[in-house]
Amino acid sequence: MITVDSLSKTYGSFRAVDDVSFTARPGRVTGFLGPNGAGKSTSMRVMVGLTPPTSGHATVCGHRFADLPNPGRQVGVLLDASAQHAGRTGREILSIAQRTMGLPRGRVEEMLDRVSLTSSEADRRVRNYSLGMRQRLGIATALLADPEVLILDEPANGLDPAGIRWMRDLLRGYADEGATVLLSSHLLHEIEVIADDLVVIGNGRIVAQGTKTELLASAGTLVRTNDVPAMSAALTASGVPHTVSSAIGGSDALRVETDAELVGKIALDARIALLELRAAEGAGLEEMFLELTSDNQRETQTQGDAA
Amino acid sequence: MSTTITETAAPRRTERPTPAPIPFGRLVSVELQKCFDTRAGYWLMASIGITALLATGAVLLWAPDSEITFSTFASSIGFPMAVILPMIAVLSVTSEWSQRSGLTTFTLVPHRSRVIAAKAAVTLGISIVSMLLAMAIGTVGTIGGSAILGVDPVWDATTVDLLNIVLAQTLGMFVGFMLGAVIRHSAGAIVAYFVYSFVLTGLTEALAQTQDWFADLRPWVDFNYAQGALFNGSLDSTQWANLGVTSIVWLVIPMAVGLWTLMRSEVK
Repeated sequence: MITVDSLSKTYGSFRAVDDVSFTARPGRVTGFLGPNGAGKSTSMRVMVGLTPPTSGHATVCGHRFADLPNPGRQVGVLLDASAQHAGRTGREILSIAQRTMGLPRGRVEEMLDRVSLTSSEADRRVRNYSLGMRQRLGIATALLADPEVLILDEPANGLDPAGIRWMRDLLRGYADEGATVLLSSHLLHEIEVIADDLVVIGNGRIVAQGTKTELLASAGTLVRTNDVPAMSAALTASGVPHTVSSAIGGSDALRVETDAELVGKIALDARIALLELRAAEGAGLEEMFLELTSDNQRETQTQGDAA
Repeated sequence: MSTTITETAAPRRTERPTPAPIPFGRLVSVELQKCFDTRAGYWLMASIGITALLATGAVLLWAPDSEITFSTFASSIGFPMAVILPMIAVLSVTSEWSQRSGLTTFTLVPHRSRVIAAKAAVTLGISIVSMLLAMAIGTVGTIGGSAILGVDPVWDATTVDLLNIVLAQTLGMFVGFMLGAVIRHSAGAIVAYFVYSFVLTGLTEALAQTQDWFADLRPWVDFNYAQGALFNGSLDSTQWANLGVTSIVWLVIPMAVGLWTLMRSEVK
């Protein structure tokens, strides 16, 4: 369980993280989604106590991270796979973590095996590792103690498609066993495939959160017509919230927060010819994500039920 | 080591007993491992022994017969060590930032003061072990050298002298540690150390020779000068006071400031 409560972090006048609250629950994979610079990494650093927050707080397993007696045992963390001493071998880096946590020595070999680093690769210095190998080493460090919470920043970065598939299965397995998994990504398709819950962040603010199903449903209906003003007026008259959608490229589409049947009826009653009427979820998470993050600049929010 | 949690298949990840806190001794042993397990660290450590042997050889080869004494060996061995030990101290702190390994270190041990204390303990330990090594090599050199020359070995250093040298080397090492904590960047801290210990010494020396008022004041403001007394036999009470005052100004206060910012800084 990870609880983030009204978390803000400012650098001078820049608000990197702005009043972020969410919960990552056990048994579920929570995707922390946002474009680069949205505040994902800063939020994660605050969660593990590396960055002091300006206000608000975060707890992991019910405690402030710094109050956990042996945090590595309970929380597996991967923030930046390249942040390792380049002069150490992969095996030594794992051995340092294993000894710090007080785990049996055998765990190092088990983990190397688990992340498919060969013995000769493990004896190479990290300076000679590819990004994919560093990522595997970082995941091995995070999994070392078989923790109940995983906090992973862009873990898919640098992995090849097979590696991404492997990691997805691994994290799914962890969540299915009851672990809390929080992973950040700007790789939307990766998140869409693996996550149960989503927290979408843009410019430091949460722009949407909820279960994946809820968020897809809340994307509503997409309607295209040559007479947008008339359609908009008819929807307003019926009290149905809607916005002009640029999701399909043109300016002739509206995203309507209701189901297709009602939109069709409203159009019929107003005698408006439609070009297209469909569930917006077909447009996929990527469209929603881009729309939400660009919406953020205009200060409108689409808020799914909080998880 | 406490109970292992890893052997059972498909553990329930929730409702597990809270793990025991990490004992300080374990942190010390991990920090010791980190001093040796990089190529740079390994050779830095090895260079203590290597330069001690080279210095002993040099004394045997080139020192005049009358100088084949324990104190000659001790000071020749001590000189390279006075440079190497502070480097070890600097790097043990700064590598966490320069190499960014601090991201993992301070995630596994969020109480940074415990990690820094473990590093200080390792630094102190290395300093003392190195001194013992230096004295052992110096002893062998004195006995061997005098045997080769056919003269009686000369033991011209008292226990107090040796303890003073150990103190001086340890102070030097902690100056490195302090600069590491303040600057948190390997190259920057190493350069700062050389400025602190060598450039500054030259400047105060020049100042003292040209300005009488500074020559009188110098023992109270020049840390290197006050430390120099430690290499020249026992200190009188004024010299101890000089050393105490300059240590507080040049070592203790900056160390406190450095540690204070280190505890609160952001680890990226």
